[in-house]
Amino acid sequence: MTVHVTSPSPSLPPPSSSVGVVGWLRKNLFSSVVNSIFTLAGLYLLYTLVPPAVNWALFQADWIGTTRDACTSDGACWVFVGVRIKQFLFGFYPPSEYWRVVTAFSLIGLLVAWLLIDRTPKKSLVGAFTIFCYPVIAYFLFYGGAFGLPVVETYKWGGLMLTLILATTGMFFSFPIGIVLALGRRSSMPIAKSISVVFIEFWRGVPLITVLFMSSVMLPMFIPENMQIDKLLRAMIGIIFFQSAYMAEVVRGGLQAIPRGQNEAAEALGLSYWKSTGLIVLPQALKLVIPGIVNTFIALFKDTTLVLIIGLFDLLAVVQAAFADPKWLGFSVEGYVFVASVYWVSCFSMSRYSQHLEKKLHTGHAR
Amino acid sequence: MSNSSQKQSWWNNARYRSLFFQVLLVGMLVGFFWFIGSNTLANLDKRGISTGFGFLSLKAGFGILQSLIPFSEADSFGRTFLVGLLNTLLVSVLGIFFATIIGFTIGVARLSNNWLISKLAGVYVEMFRNIPLLLQIFFWYFAVLRALPSPKQSWKAADLAFLNIRGMYLPRPVFGDSFSFVAWTFVLAIVATLFIRRWARKRQDDTGQQFNLWGTGIGLIVALPLLVYFVVGSPLSWDIPKLQGFNFRGGVTVIPELTALLVALSVYTATFIAEAVRSGILAVNSGQTEAASALGLHKNKVLKLVVIPQAMRVIIPQLTSQYLNLVKNSSLATAIGYPDLVAVFAGTTLNQTGQAIEIIAMTMGVYLFISLTISGVMNWYNKKIMLVER
Repeated sequence: MTVHVTSPSPSLPPPSSSVGVVGWLRKNLFSSVVNSIFTLAGLYLLYTLVPPAVNWALFQADWIGTTRDACTSDGACWVFVGVRIKQFLFGFYPPSEYWRVVTAFSLIGLLVAWLLIDRTPKKSLVGAFTIFCYPVIAYFLFYGGAFGLPVVETYKWGGLMLTLILATTGMFFSFPIGIVLALGRRSSMPIAKSISVVFIEFWRGVPLITVLFMSSVMLPMFIPENMQIDKLLRAMIGIIFFQSAYMAEVVRGGLQAIPRGQNEAAEALGLSYWKSTGLIVLPQALKLVIPGIVNTFIALFKDTTLVLIIGLFDLLAVVQAAFADPKWLGFSVEGYVFVASVYWVSCFSMSRYSQHLEKKLHTGHAR
Repeated sequence: MSNSSQKQSWWNNARYRSLFFQVLLVGMLVGFFWFIGSNTLANLDKRGISTGFGFLSLKAGFGILQSLIPFSEADSFGRTFLVGLLNTLLVSVLGIFFATIIGFTIGVARLSNNWLISKLAGVYVEMFRNIPLLLQIFFWYFAVLRALPSPKQSWKAADLAFLNIRGMYLPRPVFGDSFSFVAWTFVLAIVATLFIRRWARKRQDDTGQQFNLWGTGIGLIVALPLLVYFVVGSPLSWDIPKLQGFNFRGGVTVIPELTALLVALSVYTATFIAEAVRSGILAVNSGQTEAASALGLHKNKVLKLVVIPQAMRVIIPQLTSQYLNLVKNSSLATAIGYPDLVAVFAGTTLNQTGQAIEIIAMTMGVYLFISLTISGVMNWYNKKIMLVER
């Protein structure tokens, strides 16, 4: 018998139309007639939108100057933004005191970076400082009235600074309230539970504008006549209540994801309610919902623009007010694009960060 | 620790503790409400504002830019509430309609196997989702619609629709007397199609024979009313806007405030709807699609019978919450002067009457009612479609 040894002939290289750039194009852009039409339509859309926009914003734009006469070309007039940038950032805060705002924001930026970056030492100490000491420092830096810092009334606060203050204060205070409400909603005590449910559903059911209206027209009636509440503080109270309700629902989502066994095991060890909640359940639940918390913060950050309706000068309101300057009429597009890019960069990077966290914190609880 | 049969001091008893805590909570709550209640009464008394809803029947004395029901300055404050509410509902319904269309298109486009299309859809979502809605409203209203030409140089579409700085002018349908025949045929056709669907399902269950429901349905719902329309003599004409002097007459006028609000709300909400659609479709396990193809189902049937029903289970709750957000966000109308509930009632009417508490309570009540109703319906629906796990 003869043995046939069959060795496979070497495989041919794939056809040149299915590899490399051509292959990629054929697979991803021109796989069928319909797809080709869509691709061409998409390219046409890009062609009509992108070059004019880039030309307007960059190549034909005017960057340098101090008056509107500097804007001679057809493109954007960034001189408008440049001339007023201080006002956009600080509102009507006295220029001699700008350093206070810069210090306060640099400090919190440093603290937050310290807490967020892995492998920095003494996290708990820095965390405690951020939570307990920083608010006091920030208050005296922004408002003044002690340590030889002159008082800057809140009506002078404005611009990006006010936006950031509103968002961070809202976040700072709504976090603990939200946790308490979330625990209340899952509590076995009927009265605590119903109070939490009513509170949460009420604030979540109404638009933020009505909340702001309420805090600006109704709040003064709720307090004794000789007491005065600052306009900014009123808006903050409204925002904090509103935000707490959303925060509570986020935290509740985390609490629900923790298996019952955790709580039962803690009880079996003899831990009290507060100990089992504070040491076992909450740390795990909060870790799960960090991305959700970042998302509510993004929403709050965007929602702070609404305060312009009750007459506070946040970033958008300051820019909007600048359009009315008779020397600078007709530059609204530049102003809006500036504000939009500030918000876009902040929100987009935060949402990317939350996606990154979601991946990093993906622990065993989610199926 | 001592054993539990030993006498436990009452303050360590969980029942007493929770009772004590709850009584304390109620006490604090009552105290708080008593505090603000008495302050409010004292403040109102001092300012000479009488409480109650009597102001609703007083004469309003101001005009409203856009009203779906007849409204004049002689009407009451109560009617301003109604006008505002209807305007809010109008912009909400239109916004939901457009946002759904854009959102589903973008959501599906993001999953397209065409690289360019999916990237473009991604850019759309990331771009509009991360810019505050109020800023977008301002942009459309102040930067785009204010830059439109005057009525004489209007942009026009085939001399039927016009767009200028004063608003958008569209042809208005004028229904003749016999148009009701067409409308009734339409309603009857829908009812008939529903019956046919029931019959076709039953027949398919019994015999396995399929019935072309789509063709029959479209034939009944579209063709039959059209036929009736021509039989009764085309009882529909169009009132086309015409330039007279400095402005357009006739047709339907869409005020720029409504256009700006609608565009911004739809574009913004559509990004969230697109994400909901995408996550819903991705949530369907690819094994499901493969199993369906393995059974020999056609591509369209796989989509219709396997993917969409399961994706909807994920999409619908998110979709509803986006619809709710849209209704609540429509209150931003007040920033550009579109006469919605907040602008008319919590704005102008409040300023005229000073009845802050009643007006804010009524306004919040409306939104609360809408929210709670929809979330109630949603919970019921979620229970209904929830997977029955073995």
